[in-house]
Amino acid sequence: MSGRQVIVVGGGLGGLWATLVIAGGGHRVMLFSLFEMMRSHSVCAQGGINAVLDMQGQHDSVEQHILDTLKGGGWLANQPPVKSMCESAPGLIRTFERMGVTFSRTPEGLLDQRLFGGVKKKRTCFAGASTGQQLMHGVDQQVRRLEAEGRVDKHEWWELLSLVKDADGVCRGIVAMDLRSLEVRAFRADAVVLATGGLGQLYTPQTTCSTNSTGAAASRAYQQGARFANAELFQFHPTAMIGEDKTRLMSEAARGEGGRVWVPKDPTDRREPNRIPEAERWHFLEEWYPAYGNTVPRDIASRAIWKICRELGHGVGGGDRVYLDLTHLDRAFVETRLGAILSIYRKFAGTDPLGAPMEIFPAAHYAMGGLWVDFEHDPATGGVKPDSPRNHATSLPGLYACGECDYAYHGANRLGANSLLSASYSGRVAGEAVLSHLAGIERGAEALADAPFAAEVARQQSINDELMANRGGENPYRLHAALGALMTSRVGVVRDNAELDAALAEIAELEQRAAHMDLTESTPWANQTLAYARQVQDMIRLARVMTASARARDECRGAHYKPAFELPLPASKAASSATAGGNADPAWEAYMARWQANNERWLKTTVAEHTPDGPRIDFEPVDLSVLAPDQPRDYR
Amino acid sequence: MTSIAGADRPALRGDGSADGARDTDPSSGSAADTQRAHSRSVELQIRRQDAPDAAPYWQRFRIATRPGDNVVSVLRALRADPITADGERVDPVAFEHNCMEEVCGACAMLIDGSPRPACSALLKDLGAVIRLEPLPKFPVVRDLMVDRARLFAALKRTRAWVRLDGHWDNHERAPRISQRQWAADYLYSRCMSCGICLAACPQFPDAAGRPADDSAGFVGPAALGQVRLLNAHPLGRYDKAERLHAIMADGGLTDCGNAQNCVRVCPKEIPLTTAIGELGRQTTVQAVKDFFGV
Ligand SMILES: Cc1cc2nc3c(=O)[nH]c(=O)nc-3n(C[C@H](O)[C@H](O)[C@H](O)COP(=O)(O)OP(=O)(O)OC[C@H]3O[C@@H](n4cnc5c(N)ncnc54)[C@H](O)[C@@H]3O)c2cc1C
Ligand code: SF4
Ligand code: FES
Repeated sequence: MSGRQVIVVGGGLGGLWATLVIAGGGHRVMLFSLFEMMRSHSVCAQGGINAVLDMQGQHDSVEQHILDTLKGGGWLANQPPVKSMCESAPGLIRTFERMGVTFSRTPEGLLDQRLFGGVKKKRTCFAGASTGQQLMHGVDQQVRRLEAEGRVDKHEWWELLSLVKDADGVCRGIVAMDLRSLEVRAFRADAVVLATGGLGQLYTPQTTCSTNSTGAAASRAYQQGARFANAELFQFHPTAMIGEDKTRLMSEAARGEGGRVWVPKDPTDRREPNRIPEAERWHFLEEWYPAYGNTVPRDIASRAIWKICRELGHGVGGGDRVYLDLTHLDRAFVETRLGAILSIYRKFAGTDPLGAPMEIFPAAHYAMGGLWVDFEHDPATGGVKPDSPRNHATSLPGLYACGECDYAYHGANRLGANSLLSASYSGRVAGEAVLSHLAGIERGAEALADAPFAAEVARQQSINDELMANRGGENPYRLHAALGALMTSRVGVVRDNAELDAALAEIAELEQRAAHMDLTESTPWANQTLAYARQVQDMIRLARVMTASARARDECRGAHYKPAFELPLPASKAASSATAGGNADPAWEAYMARWQANNERWLKTTVAEHTPDGPRIDFEPVDLSVLAPDQPRDYR
Repeated sequence: MTSIAGADRPALRGDGSADGARDTDPSSGSAADTQRAHSRSVELQIRRQDAPDAAPYWQRFRIATRPGDNVVSVLRALRADPITADGERVDPVAFEHNCMEEVCGACAMLIDGSPRPACSALLKDLGAVIRLEPLPKFPVVRDLMVDRARLFAALKRTRAWVRLDGHWDNHERAPRISQRQWAADYLYSRCMSCGICLAACPQFPDAAGRPADDSAGFVGPAALGQVRLLNAHPLGRYDKAERLHAIMADGGLTDCGNAQNCVRVCPKEIPLTTAIGELGRQTTVQAVKDFFGV
């Protein structure tokens, strides 16, 4: 078969979409994953995927989706990519539908949609409460078909260790390790796409993410020169189950479908929740944010719960927990629309969420930041230029990134159900960009000299050998637990510069310790500790980037909350027309002036670059060409 | 005296009986330990195997547990401190897991002789001694890790996909599907490729002597469920005949011995025998069509 050779690393939604496009374009794809594709974290997504179909009689519009996404993200996202993503969303849903995805239906047999956070329209398509798994079935089957036709060559149980660059610094392949035989081998390619997912494991075990969402692959690309953007912008999901091994997510769909968050009005009230009368319950989200109520954006809900429990000491039983209540809703309705999460709660908490309220608390969930990627603005449409080879290109030539490991669409806070969308859409756009990139390549990677590949294999092999031989006494599992505890306590929902400085010092210490690990096993076959130890080292390095970026941003924006720099909203709610110029209220006028001055200073993308002395943090302007940011976020 | 393993868990002394928590090492007194004081210790008996062709052997571990623990969480804890009940330091036990919420299918294994996901096997529902073995029928990679390539090979054999013109948008509105049909179809889309139904199926051939991605022998219930699902889809229907022919061939539907184990063990409660029944009718019709050449 003619065509060029491309490597896609990652078999979640992003990677599978990129694979479909590139193999569909006539090129050979080697698809790498740590395990079978269907075990990727994407299968965990529950609530749904956003697309404006306007089939609920609510006059929804693509413009509104763009505005909600930009504003929900604290205006920090580059706007042309967001515009194009929102415009493409309905078409993506239709394509998923053709693949056989079992989207939930209305009585007329049309696609049903539900409400999610940070918006007022029902815009979220869903497949019960297992949407991610269903979307994955769709693309996984399509990729399997290409595999059966010999157009995709899967490398499951292989882990990317590093990139290989040619003499000009262009990425021309990867070095990966067979997780069974531990063989370290180089693979050549004319383009490499990373779709390696999120990094919630930096907060272990207080995270909703799978154990494979380590960010290690992105960290490796960063250490080899790819820039990392907005690392400090990390989302804490407000409603995760309490758990010592993992804090399992209870989807935002629970609130979208009518679930209510509350605590007893009397913090010393120890009655069973069902025995507490309505009048003695404090629905604090509804009280503080009457306009959006329980479906405020996630950063706001998480901080509100944090405030209730940590500042006001008003959590249930005085602890870190509040109620998420579905018991007032129609059983059959909830069962069909949220069945998958109900069963998770029943299985893991041992109680029925339809019988008594669930107990929840915020947990680490989603990285808005990620590998910096480019785009080409299309003046004709105001969106991104279709097929431009610049779209989703990282700062390393030849290397592309898509899915949660890039930073492109969510600014400072992601709206619920927007990331299955961005993972799919970015996979498709990255795939199209790669097709254009390949058209410009003169000499295929197969013709390159062997030296850089052999050198990189030797370098990676020596890291393995050293780890296998090391008897330094540090245990990788304990180091990871220490990292998680540190990040959760010092780089969490609420941030403070003194704490961040302390965190940086602790991370430096962890990095030192991680250089002296003892794997406690030296088996040459399927040695899981070896792979894990390497991931832990790279997670610690990524944590440093995240913390340094958080230290650098002295303001509050979206999920990044430093109370010392907060601009409190005026007590009165702005008239809905309140914008920069048109507000008579002097308190608002003063606020708007400060808000805009703050934007002048801080409405910028944080960009981290690797140096031997640690991350160098810089800022670059945000493309605001679609909608001038003139509305502060006020969800009251 | 036996030593007890577990990451950052208090070392327990004594016999580790169900209420062995009273033996919690008094030297550690953090807040978290107060909670652990209500916990107990369990004995894990694990069937280990160092490599695919190595001989299996058993090891026992005693481990302190915490409330809410499941088999995956204790295996994770054990990794940091793999010391057997006889006090011997050994290699960590290899096993698979990702989601820890029963949706990725990775963690399936035999627990006290039954195939099930380990992450949703809560310790409070298990005894003081828990026996763990790799999922049967599949080749062992190492310890509790198996190679389930055959499961995915079956999806290829049965052509479990819709044939799209391409990944692009064709601007056509999604086909209408009644809520009733959706509800019936959705059940099959919950399959998480865990392989538990195959492990339990007496007709699904054992791995011994077969390649990991073997494409002969009974395709097994999981793939049949997907054929049922795709045959019902408005576009998937176009290739129904091909899929039916695939399951009318050797190793197809007629290999099902109707033991009905699959439907009993599937953790996602997928009505696999209903699917097999429906496909039986579909293949009968297909055979008639084939006979008359329509
Ligand atoms: C519990 C939960 C629920 C969610 N629900 C929703 C929702 O309802 N709606 C929504 O829009 N979003 C949701 N999200 C977010 C969304 O699921 C993710 O952002 C998205 O699935 C990420 O997809 P991805 O393709 O980027 O990565 P993943 O699906 O994480 O895939 C990563 C892939 O990379 C591979 N990989 C990683 N490292 C390496 C390496 N070194 N070498 C080789 N391969 C590697 C892995 O094997 C895997 O195949 C949810 C997230 C969580 C945690
Ligand atoms: S049908 Fe059920 S048991 Fe079989 S692989 Fe799917 S989820 Fe597992
Ligand atoms: S770890 Fe995913 S199913 Fe158990």
